[in-house]
This record gives sequence, structure tokens and C-alpha cells, in this order.
Amino acid sequence: MSNVLIVIEHAAGAPKKASLAAITFGQQAAQKTGGQVHLLVTGSGVGAVADKLKAYQVAKILVVDAPAFANHSTEALTAAIAAAQKSTGASIVAAASSSASKDVLPRVAARLGAAMASDVLAVIDASTFKRPMWAGNVVATVQLTTPTKVVTIRSTEFGAPAAGSGAAVEPLAVSVDLASFKAKFAGLKEVKSTRPELTSAARVVTGGRGVKGAEGFKLVEQLADALGAAVGASRAACDAGWVPNDLQVGQTGKIIAPDLYIGAGISGAIQHLAGMKGSKVIVAINKDPEAPIFQIADYGLVADLFKAIPELIDAIKKA
Amino acid sequence: MKYLVTVKSVEDPEIKIKIKPDGTSIETDQVKYVVNPFDEIAVEEALRLRDAAGGGEVVAVTIGRKDAQQQLRTALAMGADRGVHVVCDQPLDPTLVSEALAKVVEGEKPDLVLMGKQAVDDDQGQVGAMLAERLGWGQASFVSKETSLESEDEKAKKPGVSIAGTTLQVVREVDGGMESVTVTLPAILTTDLRLNVPRYASLPGIMKAKKKEVKELKLADVVADPTPKVKILKLEPPAQRKAGIKVADVPTLVTKLKTEAKVL
Ligand SMILES: Cc1cc2nc3c(=O)[nH]c(=O)nc-3n(C[C@H](O)[C@H](O)[C@H](O)COP(=O)(O)OP(=O)(O)OC[C@H]3O[C@@H](n4cnc5c(N)ncnc54)[C@H](O)[C@@H]3O)c2cc1C
Ligand SMILES: Nc1ncnc2c1ncn2[C@@H]1O[C@H](COP(=O)(O)O)[C@@H](O)[C@H]1O
Repeated sequence: MSNVLIVIEHAAGAPKKASLAAITFGQQAAQKTGGQVHLLVTGSGVGAVADKLKAYQVAKILVVDAPAFANHSTEALTAAIAAAQKSTGASIVAAASSSASKDVLPRVAARLGAAMASDVLAVIDASTFKRPMWAGNVVATVQLTTPTKVVTIRSTEFGAPAAGSGAAVEPLAVSVDLASFKAKFAGLKEVKSTRPELTSAARVVTGGRGVKGAEGFKLVEQLADALGAAVGASRAACDAGWVPNDLQVGQTGKIIAPDLYIGAGISGAIQHLAGMKGSKVIVAINKDPEAPIFQIADYGLVADLFKAIPELIDAIKKA
Repeated sequence: MKYLVTVKSVEDPEIKIKIKPDGTSIETDQVKYVVNPFDEIAVEEALRLRDAAGGGEVVAVTIGRKDAQQQLRTALAMGADRGVHVVCDQPLDPTLVSEALAKVVEGEKPDLVLMGKQAVDDDQGQVGAMLAERLGWGQASFVSKETSLESEDEKAKKPGVSIAGTTLQVVREVDGGMESVTVTLPAILTTDLRLNVPRYASLPGIMKAKKKEVKELKLADVVADPTPKVKILKLEPPAQRKAGIKVADVPTLVTKLKTEAKVL
């Protein structure tokens, strides 16, 4: 009978789609532990987020609403999550894999004396999970042997949560003094984009070293716009500074699983495949017929991308 | 300033990992080991900080098999001053590694610990934050820089992070952008890919590294209980995706996407 605590992330007054997948994980895990699903929302002015979460089958929504939680602070979030774990008696504390959860949850695990599994793909029982290792070359079944367990989950592996009603919303008081913290937020340079968000988009077009420069990458963006798709990139394109870093797809970047993935000028290194091989339909455009990406592509086009992409844009616009 | 860098010996990320038929571990015969790529970036950053400050010491630490010392020597060949090797041949997990590292840090008292954001074998990405919590220190994870890896600053091998007095200033790669953070030293920093391009060990560097001091410790010297809390029960290959077809031209591709895959 132990509860599962899910840490929710939100943007623009609504829970993120990845966090909804984390609730699904919570519902599956709670069936194994025999407990309830509790959620934690932190931030400043997050009442609307908590209200929206009432639409899911969960027992309780804890809300930490204070100005100190407006920006990311590892130490503030660690305090809030540890307090929520205590108040809910949760044996599993989980969140969707994100830059925030990867930063904070291991710290929470150390504070709670909990073992942790990152990027969980599936729930086996109340302490056993499947997770990827070696860039997704291996799927490991791991058991966490501590009483409290901490988990980040790969949101592309969990669908939408069961709907429900009647969840209680409760404020949780966590007093933090930002000035006393060792690490202090000093600013966020946001990458503004009008395109769909990469990790939740139904269609994604990515470019790699083969686009040859920032100028060439514009073709990838035009194709994305013709499809209403998000834009992603290989490490090579990010390293070169042609696109923002947070577009990197792969083992050490974002994990995506859209309905349609189109990769242009990307060779298909194992580290890139680790981030996109869950896509439903994979299209590869590469001038080298031996490029490894063709081994997993549903549709491979051996062609010069500078010729093929404009043709493709035309064909899509006519269709 | 004293900098501590952590170095994990991992299977070369370029090779194909094979699982033993009994599913308990991976094949290690003939496998090449390298410094975890993120740790190479940590070593490089420590060297740049030391050299830009015109002095200081860089201590490299590894926990692992006897022959992991080769990867520790690689860090020394790049320019680290000395090494600490916690020798052990048993399964580890981030809880154990962070406990052992905390002990080493208590002995060495560095001002800054630089580590990789993730080891590319276990892909856990946990040790840095766990260590910071154990020590009660501040942390900055996924540290990067604003200039590109093809910039003049990078060519001049300038550090991507800056230290003024006891304050570390960094930018971090986060979902949706770049975040600036200041952290009071002593602190933990974990590296992301775009912090720097690590140098290769030079031949004279490799010769010098052979003579550099490496202190050996036993796991029992630095952890209370060596039982991992993450138990690996089974390893298996992921579901395989099979290759589809090659299409002759763009019109064929569009037709297939419309009528066969039904995604347009
Ligand atoms: C620790 C570590 C972590 C990593 N993490 C990631 C990660 O998360 N994500 C990631 O993507 N990579 C990652 N990598 C890097 C990865 O190993 C590859 O180096 C990288 O994915 C290669 O990028 P690419 O395919 O764009 O470039 P390349 O491998 O250089 O491929 C370029 C391709 O473009 C094709 N091409 C060239 N010109 C044209 C043209 N005119 N028309 C059509 N095709 C053309 C070429 O045939 C070639 O196949 C990581 C590596 C390490 C060591
Ligand atoms: N056995 C080890 N020896 C030295 N450093 C390690 C070891 N394991 C992990 N680390 C460090 O911790 C970082 C994160 O590892 P992990 O949490 O296992 O992904 C790595 O990049 C290393 O810097």
C-alpha cells in the first residue's frame, strides 16, 4: 500500500504532455504498489495547472505555489519534492525525463537514500523496471532495492493517462530561502519558435552535417513548415552552431517518437538512432546508399538533399 | 585552485555492444575502452581553468577495474597532474560511486569537481547531483557555453566557465534554451557536449603521464557497504526495426507516404 508521487512540469498554465505520460506511468506503478497516485505541482501562480490535473485519475494534487519557485532552482525543487515524498509517504517518486528532472531527481534520490533508474521504458513490478543502456543498444531489467525509489520515465513509452475526477487539491507549505542557496538562477535565454515543440510533435524534420551550414539548414526548416512539423538536428549540426543546442535528437539529446520522422543529411549514428527509432514512419534522405540510417528507414531516398527537399516541398504543397 | 575531475572507463561508443547469451552482461572480449566522452570534456575544462589561472592542480579520479587505470592515464596524458584510482572489480551503481567520490573529495578538498553529465555505458546521468547532495554543495549540470565549437574563443582554448573569487558562473543547456547560473564554490559541475573540444594526448604527454603519481585505494576504504542498490536482473536487445524500401524519386516517396503509410 504505498503511493506513487509524480512531479509535474508545466508551461503556459498547462501540464506538459510528457508529464501526462508520467501520470500514466504513475497509474501503472500504483497498480503494482497497491497505493494511490499523487501529483506535485510547483511554481508561481500554478492554480490553473492544478485545476487541469483534476481531469485525471489521481488521488491528490499537492501544490507548492510561491515566487521562489518561478525559476529553476535545484535546491528549492529538491526541498519541495522531498517534502512531498514525506507528506504522501510515496515509495516511488517519478517525473518525465527532462533537463529539470535530470538535474534534480538524482539529488532527491540522494536525500531520500533512494536508488534511482533513469529513462524508464516499462514497469515490471513495484521495484523492477526496464530501461535503456549503451545508447539503447541494450534494454536492462533493473531492480531498485531501497524502500524509496526514484525514477525518470521516457514519455514516448507511456500513452495518455486514465481520466478521472474528484482529486483533492492541497497546498503544501515548503519554506525556501533562495538567498541561502549555493546555486542561483541568473537568467534564461529562451529559444523562441513558432513551430511545434520537438518532443511532442506529430511530425519532425531533422537535418545533419549533410546540410552543410546554417543556410542549408533553412531548407530543412522550409520542409518542416510545409508539413507543420517540428525541427530537430543531429549532434553535428548543433556542434557547428547551425541550430540551437536544444534541437539535438539522440542518446544525449531529446528522445522523440513522432508519427513521421524525416531525416536529411544524417548518417544514422547509433547515438542519433537512440533518440528517434521509436518514430512510427521513418524517411531518410541521404546521398550515400550505404548510410546506416537506411537500415531502419521505412522509406529511403538516395538523393542530394539540395535537390530533393525543394521537390518534396513542391509536391507537398500541391498535394 | 584545486580541480577534481572524474573519469570513467567505458566501452568505445563507436563499437557495437553484444549481450552474452545468458543475458547477464555484455561481451567484453576484444572490446576497446575509452574515457567516457563527457569526462574528456570535464578534463579539458579543468586544464583550461588551471592554465588560464596560471596555476593550480588537476586531480583525476576513477573507480573501477585494475585496467581502467589506462583511461586514468589518458587524463594524465592530456595534462592532469595526478590520479586517484579506487580499484574494484564488482558491479557499481550511482549511489555507490557517489559515496566513494564523496570520500575522495573529503580527502582531497578540491574547490571544483568537474564530471560528465552522463556515462555512456549505463546512461544513468545521476552521479553528479548525488555527489553534490552528499557534500551539501551547489551544482550546475549540463554546462555548456554560448559561443560555438567553431568560435575564436574555442580555437584559443578559453575556458567556457568563469570563476571570480569563490563564484562560478556558467551557462547550462536546458529544454528550450540556455540558462545562466552562479554557484558558490566549492561546487559540482557536469559537462554537456558543447562546452569544449577536448585535446588529444600528445606523445610527450603520454610519456610524462607514465611517471605521474596514481594513488590506489580499495573500495572498502571509501564505501561502508559495497552492495549496489540498482540490481541488474537481465539484459536483452531492443526490439529491432527492419529496413523498409528505397524509393526511386520524390513523387514515389510522396505517393507512398500518402497511400501506404497514410501520414500525409
Ligand atoms: C558521447 C556522445 C554522444 C552523442 N550524442 C549524440 C546525440 O544525442 N545525437 C546525435 O545526433 N549524435 C550524437 N553523437 C554523435 C554521433 O556519434 C554522430 O557523430 C552524429 O550523429 C553524426 O551527425 P550527422 O549524421 O549529421 O553527420 P555525419 O555522420 O557526418 O553524416 C552526414 C551525412 O550526410 C550525408 N550527406 C552529405 N551531403 C549530402 C547531400 N548533399 N545530400 C544528402 N546527404 C548528404 C552523408 O552521406 C552522411 O551520411 C554523440 C556522440 C558521442 C561520442
Ligand atoms: N566508476 C566511475 N569512476 C569515475 N567516475 C565515474 C564513475 N561512474 C560515474 N562517474 C562519473 O559520473 C558521471 C555520471 O555517471 P552516471 O551517473 O553513471 O551516468 C560520469 O560522467 C563520470 O564523470
